[in-house]
Amino acid sequence: MGTLEKIKERFGNKIKKIFMHNEKRAYIEIDKNHLLDFTEFIFSLPGVRFVTASGVDNLDNMEIIYHFSFDPEDLMVSIKTFIDRNNPEIESISNIIKGAQNIEREMYELLGIKFKNHPKLTRFLIDELPEGVYPLRKNAERQVEQ
Amino acid sequence: MKKVVVPLGPYHPLFEEPEYFELYCDGETVVDIEWKAGYNHRGIEKLSESKHWDQVTFLVERICGICSTSHPIAYCNAVEDLLKIDIPERAKYIRSIIGELERLHSHLLWVGLAGHFLGYNTVFMWAWKYREPILDIMEMITGNRNHYAMMKIGGVRRDIDNGDIDIIKKILGELKPKLEMLTGSVIDDPVLAARLKGVGVLTAQDIKDYGAVGPIARASGVDIDVRRDSPHAAYDLVEWKVITCQDGDVFSKAVVRLLECFESIKIIEQCLERLKKVKGEIAIEIREIPPGEGIGHYEAPRGECFHYVRSDGSSRPVRHKIRAPSYVNIPTFKTSCVGETIADVTIILAGVDPCYCCTERAITVYDANTRKKLFNGRDLITLSQEKTKKLKKRLGIKDE
Repeated sequence: MGTLEKIKERFGNKIKKIFMHNEKRAYIEIDKNHLLDFTEFIFSLPGVRFVTASGVDNLDNMEIIYHFSFDPEDLMVSIKTFIDRNNPEIESISNIIKGAQNIEREMYELLGIKFKNHPKLTRFLIDELPEGVYPLRKNAERQVEQ
Repeated sequence: MKKVVVPLGPYHPLFEEPEYFELYCDGETVVDIEWKAGYNHRGIEKLSESKHWDQVTFLVERICGICSTSHPIAYCNAVEDLLKIDIPERAKYIRSIIGELERLHSHLLWVGLAGHFLGYNTVFMWAWKYREPILDIMEMITGNRNHYAMMKIGGVRRDIDNGDIDIIKKILGELKPKLEMLTGSVIDDPVLAARLKGVGVLTAQDIKDYGAVGPIARASGVDIDVRRDSPHAAYDLVEWKVITCQDGDVFSKAVVRLLECFESIKIIEQCLERLKKVKGEIAIEIREIPPGEGIGHYEAPRGECFHYVRSDGSSRPVRHKIRAPSYVNIPTFKTSCVGETIADVTIILAGVDPCYCCTERAITVYDANTRKKLFNGRDLITLSQEKTKKLKKRLGIKDE
């Protein structure tokens, strides 16, 4: 059974949407409350590698995309979650995947997303920015001018 | 015993970009390590959102001076994934040739530097001398020794003149015996074996935990290589193999890199031979980028470069996420350095192959309680070299 089938079988209707860009790229949209279950299951599958996470500011919400690579199958599974832009908060996956610590710190710093239960949620890249200015948000330039 | 904090960086020739490490030491032994990045933060992801799709290729080339073609290849792969297009065959071979030439010079640069840190300056001189003809080939093909500007969405920007192929093959042919000699002198050396074997060990589980990639992963027996696992460019059109070692120590990392050089030469030679026969375009014209998402990755000399792009149909990406290999390789220090001596940490940190765009050296060892200076950067390298000398004495080998 392929990786995607395993994920579909395990989670069924917890998957909001599944989109295959092509046979190598799968995008799975989930609710943020199921994130830890998904991460734990996907990280236990054979051949998995956590690549990174991309935080995106969509102006009406925030989006986090967790990229997992299944190298033996040449498959990249991207788990998408949407969170409220006014109160960007989500569970940290760093306690499951050690390698996610720094990328979460980076998203905290550049996008202002808070990761609950993160072992060390401190600034990592830039020290000088005033609190509340998040460079990767789409309105960052305006924030700096103000 | 009182604990000593050893700050390494932010400017240090071991690191590919200014970075800062704090080693917490108990006597000679490292008990913990902290990492602080961002000294070279240029906001390239943000900058990319203000550039045209074609300009971004040049922008991402500036991420790293040593593997300057890896990011453009990964970025082009991402946009081509978004567009669902395939590039012309001739462009595929040219991409692989440039990528592999880069790997060759990058690995040789590492071998040289590693030799220097261990007090093997002959290895340093040899490796850098043999790297020079590769840069000459690059200059011949692209006009530049670095920052080649060869990649373009949909293909490559410059063709390789078929008249140059025999000259390139001759230079590579002359390089091979020298590389064999260099490899032999490193792998068979009893002092290097005593100095590097069992140092900075990472297990396959550590690699999975941190998501480490490239020669670091392959040295720990994790058989991953984007070139083979996710075929693109000409990597599935030529014969070559992925090099792996099982021990996970610095010695294995050196072996993997040295043996990969031969695979690179094999790939380049086959690609050059095919180029003589393959005619046609070197790029297809892209008129617009439709809305959508694309993911591209490429095996840089240090591991997988990952690019994610998102388009809303305009002339610029709305989001461009970049993950360079060192981003996931550096946190492995938390495992590989702990329990080792300060003299070994120099080579363990170098074992990840950070590149050397910053040449300033400013490290100093402070006493944690009195903040009194104990050693500076030169002293630390001397410490590492002294350890090799002692080993040589013990093994009954005369110093150079």
